[in-house]
This record gives sequence, structure tokens and C-alpha cells, in this order.
Amino acid sequence: MGQNILVILPHPDDEAFGLSGTLAKYIVEGAHVTYACLTLGEMGRNMGIPPFANRITLPSIRKAELEESCKAIGIQDLRLMGFHDKTIEFEDQDKLDGVIASLLEEIKPSLVFTFYPGYSVHPDHDATGAAVTRTIQRMPAEERPAVHCLAFSKNCEEELGKPDVIHDVSMFIVQKMNSIQAHRSQFQAAELLGKKQLKTKEIEQRFGTERFWTYTFA
Amino acid sequence: MELINPAEVQRMIDTLKNQDLYIHLEMTTGAYAAHYDSSKHPAANFITNALIRYEHGSISGNGPYRVGLKMSHGWVYTEGLTHFEQSDTERLIMAGHDSQGKLVVALQLSREPF
Repeated sequence: MGQNILVILPHPDDEAFGLSGTLAKYIVEGAHVTYACLTLGEMGRNMGIPPFANRITLPSIRKAELEESCKAIGIQDLRLMGFHDKTIEFEDQDKLDGVIASLLEEIKPSLVFTFYPGYSVHPDHDATGAAVTRTIQRMPAEERPAVHCLAFSKNCEEELGKPDVIHDVSMFIVQKMNSIQAHRSQFQAAELLGKKQLKTKEIEQRFGTERFWTYTFA
Repeated sequence: MELINPAEVQRMIDTLKNQDLYIHLEMTTGAYAAHYDSSKHPAANFITNALIRYEHGSISGNGPYRVGLKMSHGWVYTEGLTHFEQSDTERLIMAGHDSQGKLVVALQLSREPF
């Protein structure tokens, strides 16, 4: 039995660019991954080019894209938590923390992935990271899982320092590209790769490394 | 979604008048506006499933289009609409997409909640 990993992110596609290679690597090494996706990204602005989604159909389209992405990565357990896009920071904090606490209790992960609160640009990202770290903070120190955070605000390296966890995922580029491309309403091929087909080496340089900051509890 | 056909939208606006309707009205510059360009001011709002009733409404412009709905005590106004859902015969689903295909504005009306 490998380790249990719990991923808590707010939007379908949050896993694709920053984390999919790392998860694919852990899974090949025997880990069991549970991905709790808080919302369906139903307020997303991308509808495909030309738009094949609309405000009504977007949630079900993004759900199917997320399932395809998880399959590409090899994620064994996807949980859709039913919160509404853009509202995580306004949710009842006790309710949100309670949902996260019961996931932690059930899965007993040794490693958790989420966004670094305050350094993740989108209010849902920051609110998700804040809820996850707040809930884990309440656990006895010896029972806390390690928390590896994604961050991409402009000031993140200035304030947090260099990321301390670096994964070479060049062996898992296929899984990662399939995860990204599964989210076809969100990432258009042209936006992603430019007009011309990228060479294998260029893809590896651009997508071959994933970086995380370990969250330090007070 | 298809490019707006103003005559079809007008027909639907007329069909839906003088009755209680659920509205979804939204405008957004995107949550990443300032991250990509610090000169941009990120702003957004949406209201979902508020009940409204209008007695008169119309679509105008040459595309992108504007829609105004006159209620007994006020107005619903939207500018920048480009697309609508032609296949939906019960509801009026409209949105405005920018040159990159991203949704900027949406106006939806339905007899049932969204």
C-alpha cells in the first residue's frame, strides 16, 4: 500500500498545469489520490472557440472534462463537493472547514496539495488554501499531513522564497498534456501551444517541472 | 451558442413579457485581469435567480447588441451581447463574448430557476 494523497482545489482544471505531472508520478509509485474539487467552475469565462458551452451547460461540460483529466492522470477517487464557483470566500467557514475535516478524517492522507493562501491570485484559490491550512492547523501537530502548496502571484517568490519542493515530471508529460487538453472548453490549443506545434524538447522545458511550497504551521 | 439573430431574440422577449421570470445577469472582466495586466481593474458582478417581471422589452444595435427590459419600477439593461442559444425555445439565453471568446456579459431569462 502506497501513501494516501488528498488534493483540495476549487476549480476543474486547477490540477492541470501545476500538479498533474506530480500526481501521475506519485500514482505510478503506488499512491492513492483523492481529488476534492470544491466547485464545477460554473462561472468560468471560457466557453470554447467558437463557444460550444453556455452558462447553462458549462457545469456539466466542465464536470465531464474534469473526469477525463482525472482519468488521464490516473486519479482513483474524484469528489465533487458541490460549492458554487466564486463563492468560497463567502461560504460559511464552519461548514467549509467541516467538509475538509471529514475528508481528512476519512482519507488520513500523509500529503495534501492545495493553493498557498494569499499567493494564489484567484479569491477561490486563496480561500480554499486558507480553509485547508486552517483545518489542518487544528489537528494535533504529530497527526498533521505535509501540505504542499501551489502559488503563482507575482510576489510569491519574493515573500515565500524559492519553492522548496521541485518535481521533475518530464517522464509524465503525456499524462500532463492529456490532463490539460481534457479541459477543452477552458484551454484552447492555440492559447496553449502557440500557432506552431511545439517540439518535444520545448514541451519538456515548459511543462517538465512542477514546483511547490511546503506550508509551515505556526 | 450562435450569433444573435435579433428578430428571434425580439420574438422571445415578447413571449416572456408580463410574467414572473428568473433572471441571471452578469458582467465580468475576469478574475485574472489584474494578474495579467496591472493597468486593468478587475470587476465582476452577477445576480442569479432574482425574480423580475417586465412589461416591455427590446433588442437594439447592429451587433454587439443591447437589450433593455422595462419593469414597473425600473429597468434591466445589458450591452455587448453577441451570442444566444437558438435551440432553447423556453428560455432566453444570451451572452457577449470578447475577441478571445471569453464571456464578458450574460443575460438570461427563464420561467424556472437556473
